[in-house]
Amino acid sequence: MRFFEYESREIVKREGIPVTDFGFVTSADEAREVAERIGGPTVIKSQVLTGGRMKAGGVQFADTPEEAAKHAEDILKLEINGHMPRGVLVDPKAAVKQEYYAGVVWDGIRKKPVMLFSDMGGIDIEEVAEKHPDHVGRGHLSNLMDPPEFRAKEVIAQTGVTGRQLQRLTPILAQLARVFVKYDMTLAEINPLVELEDGTFVALDAHMDMENEARPRQKAILKDLGVGDEETREAREATPFEIAGEEVDAMDHRGVAGNVTEFDGNLGLVIGAGGGSLTLFDAVRKYGGEPANYCEIGGNPSVAKACGLAKLVLSKPGVDKIAVMMSIVSNTRVDIVARGVIKACLELGFDPAEKIAIFRIPGAWEDEGYKILEKYGVEYCDRSVSMHEAAKRAVEKIQGVAA
Amino acid sequence: MNTVAENLFIDVKVDAAVAADPAVAKKLVEACPVDIFAAKDDGTLDIVTKNLDECVLCNLCVDAAPAGTVDVIKLYE
Repeated sequence: MRFFEYESREIVKREGIPVTDFGFVTSADEAREVAERIGGPTVIKSQVLTGGRMKAGGVQFADTPEEAAKHAEDILKLEINGHMPRGVLVDPKAAVKQEYYAGVVWDGIRKKPVMLFSDMGGIDIEEVAEKHPDHVGRGHLSNLMDPPEFRAKEVIAQTGVTGRQLQRLTPILAQLARVFVKYDMTLAEINPLVELEDGTFVALDAHMDMENEARPRQKAILKDLGVGDEETREAREATPFEIAGEEVDAMDHRGVAGNVTEFDGNLGLVIGAGGGSLTLFDAVRKYGGEPANYCEIGGNPSVAKACGLAKLVLSKPGVDKIAVMMSIVSNTRVDIVARGVIKACLELGFDPAEKIAIFRIPGAWEDEGYKILEKYGVEYCDRSVSMHEAAKRAVEKIQGVAA
Repeated sequence: MNTVAENLFIDVKVDAAVAADPAVAKKLVEACPVDIFAAKDDGTLDIVTKNLDECVLCNLCVDAAPAGTVDVIKLYE
């Protein structure tokens, strides 16, 4: 889940990273009051969960409190990429000497957080990494141990920063890494992290994403920030396909058959069980497959629910086949899922033997399930075939169709 | 949408005499965890066809009725 800039800055502020004396407001009058308190030129920034604020006119500069109020009034009405602002942030216009980038992101390949630092702040780190790779420092850290400051120093030093700047920036990056771990973040970045003309360092903008599953653990901070349980804060709005997936899952209490995420590939996935869905999704991609979706099925859903999920995936435009796969060994009944996916094929007028690229769910009631699959000619495999091998076979089958 | 049978995998046969007995019908309704059985207005047994494929093969219905009067049939065998 994503945080607004004003929330991200509040988090870094409470964790001891210096920030400017900003104020979050929801009206022009409040913006004027904050600007008066600041007592100098200000920056008025739209608080939206989308990029491109500057280009859309969502960031304006003001020399007086009246000007700040006028900009706030305009920005509060300004829709950016389909998002209306939550409010505006009124920030002192800083006298910047040098802009830096400091970030910590989750490295899904190494399964560890990685610290990132650049002496070219204020622009997208991806752009810097592509055009000026020697200006980006990197270093992994443990998400169990307290991040040591020397690791942060090493990362910063990779960019050629030395001396006083290195000494001042090191505790900020190390503290950002602690914030990342403490709040179960998937992304914590300060961009720009600036050195002001007076030699002090402050975070001028911050962006944070928290692991959605961590919300119950992080109730305290979410409550302090006023983030309600009803706010999903997803990176994008759910698509009709994904909403339909939620409806399938809600059709009865038994098991899970949902948590659908839409992609644009041609191999539909009916996957799940104890993290198996993530492994299987990655395995499909590893072998060159293009998933049409991610989803989760498990915990013994009803036949109707398994059928509903399979029908949803099969009906998605561009889906040529589906792969039905689960973890190493599943407690979910094989025969129930087999009934569901075969029924889905038949009700949509498809031959299950053609449409199901592979069925690999080893586990409870598998002998019964295999009888059903055999009757309908569906290729299946048991636990002697690894998840990766099953994914590979599905990809090969669908690539045969494409060829 | 193709028209396929509501029950592709499971069928249940109940002896006519048992189906007509409200007392046994009540037992079957209570026993089935996936609502395959329902009672008609007059208390006799109704089989809910759309729920047949939800059968988890628990055999509780077989145990609830007099021996040999309820038969759970796997259509895929």
